[in-house]
Amino acid sequence: MINGMQNGVSALDLIIGGDLALYAIISLSLIVSVSATLLAAAIGLPLGALLALVRFPGRAVMVVVLNAFMGLPPVVVGLAMYLLLSRSGPLGFLGLLFTPQAMILAQAVLVMPIIAALTRQTVEDLWVEYRDEMTAMRVGPAGRVAALLWDARFSLMTTLLAGFGRAAAEVGTVMIVGGNIDGFTRTMTTAIALETSKGDLPLAIGLGIVLIALIIAVNAAAGAARRLGELHAG
Amino acid sequence: MRAPRSELPIRIEDVSLRSGSVTILESVSVVLAPGAPTVLIGPNGSGKSSLLRLATGLVSPTLGRVTWGGRVTTGGDRCAIVFQRPVMLRRSVAANVAFALRHEAKGRRHRADRIAELLDLVGLAALGARPARRLSGGEQQRLALARALARDPEILFLDEPTANLDPAATKAVEDIIVQVAAAGVKIVLATHDLGEARRLAGEVVFMLRGRVSESAPAPSFFAGPATQEAQAFLNGDLMI
Repeated sequence: MINGMQNGVSALDLIIGGDLALYAIISLSLIVSVSATLLAAAIGLPLGALLALVRFPGRAVMVVVLNAFMGLPPVVVGLAMYLLLSRSGPLGFLGLLFTPQAMILAQAVLVMPIIAALTRQTVEDLWVEYRDEMTAMRVGPAGRVAALLWDARFSLMTTLLAGFGRAAAEVGTVMIVGGNIDGFTRTMTTAIALETSKGDLPLAIGLGIVLIALIIAVNAAAGAARRLGELHAG
Repeated sequence: MRAPRSELPIRIEDVSLRSGSVTILESVSVVLAPGAPTVLIGPNGSGKSSLLRLATGLVSPTLGRVTWGGRVTTGGDRCAIVFQRPVMLRRSVAANVAFALRHEAKGRRHRADRIAELLDLVGLAALGARPARRLSGGEQQRLALARALARDPEILFLDEPTANLDPAATKAVEDIIVQVAAAGVKIVLATHDLGEARRLAGEVVFMLRGRVSESAPAPSFFAGPATQEAQAFLNGDLMI
């Protein structure tokens, strides 16, 4: 008990004291998770909207697969990305393995199905409400996708937060494709795993506190932005 | 630039509409010609809304055919419709009109002028920045009218546009309809409100149980309808 409290105090010292290594890890984690979420959103939002609006053979199977991929095991994604990006793999020529870019790509693969699947459901529900008006206004498929994504923006913010949460909390994928290289590809989650195994609990606890605080802060900011937006847009 | 071809008259020829085993319209024939407003009246479930959807090209007939200006097309390119419960997009009043205009391939400057003009026409000029979903029911109906008019329609279909409105809001909507009709837009309006039909109709189509029971100029219809069903409806009898 006393040991635990001492670790907690040491962890706070690291945070408040502005430990440079700690802040480098925090900033890399944020860059990787935010970039991965944005990349996944760029693909997942229109893909989800198209799946909601367009009927084609095999759509039902695609929806089932997409929903199932929300639970993709991170280590499997990490392994697949490792094979793709390794020197002998099809994307080996890019030289991305063990770089932050590889971590962003891998996390985007993990997050994209979550964003696409939740977007599909949100847009499909909204389409039921909008169908008659949009059809009467002769809005084309691209216009429908854009309008529905925009009008569902407040609900989709929660979808993006779910994606960000998945990316920020993820450890297996980034460990495999990033390599947990000190000062280069070490993120909060991989550092927590490493420091715990080394027995350096103050740093692990400090990182854990920061990780949770960051996720709460991002969610709070998004919630405030949503309330403000709803106030103005109705 | 070549003037767009007229879609009038709209001929609905011996049309039936079915949904599964349910017959919604049965052997309906109506001609919607240029001129004074055509008002579809009849009790709930008589097929008025379905007939409007057919005429705008939103649904296709199971049997029979619909022609617009003598052409069988996918239909209704110069038609606009206002639904009984219009859906407001989650954006401002002005942005709702802008959305409708965006799909009319107009220039940006023309759009700004047109938005102002349309909001002025429906009496919402002062509310352009307000979220559309915060408007009252009557204001939402007027915004839906502005959005429909943004398409510069030749024919404007209105599906019970005042069904849930108080008298003041009803008058505001009806005044706009009269103004639009005077500007040469063909109005086709569905209602079960006889007062509204008397105020607006140039021609009446009386519908009952998915069929056109009677079609006549408004003065002669209200003076003495040809069918007993229409007379019973005018008398306010409950029609089941």
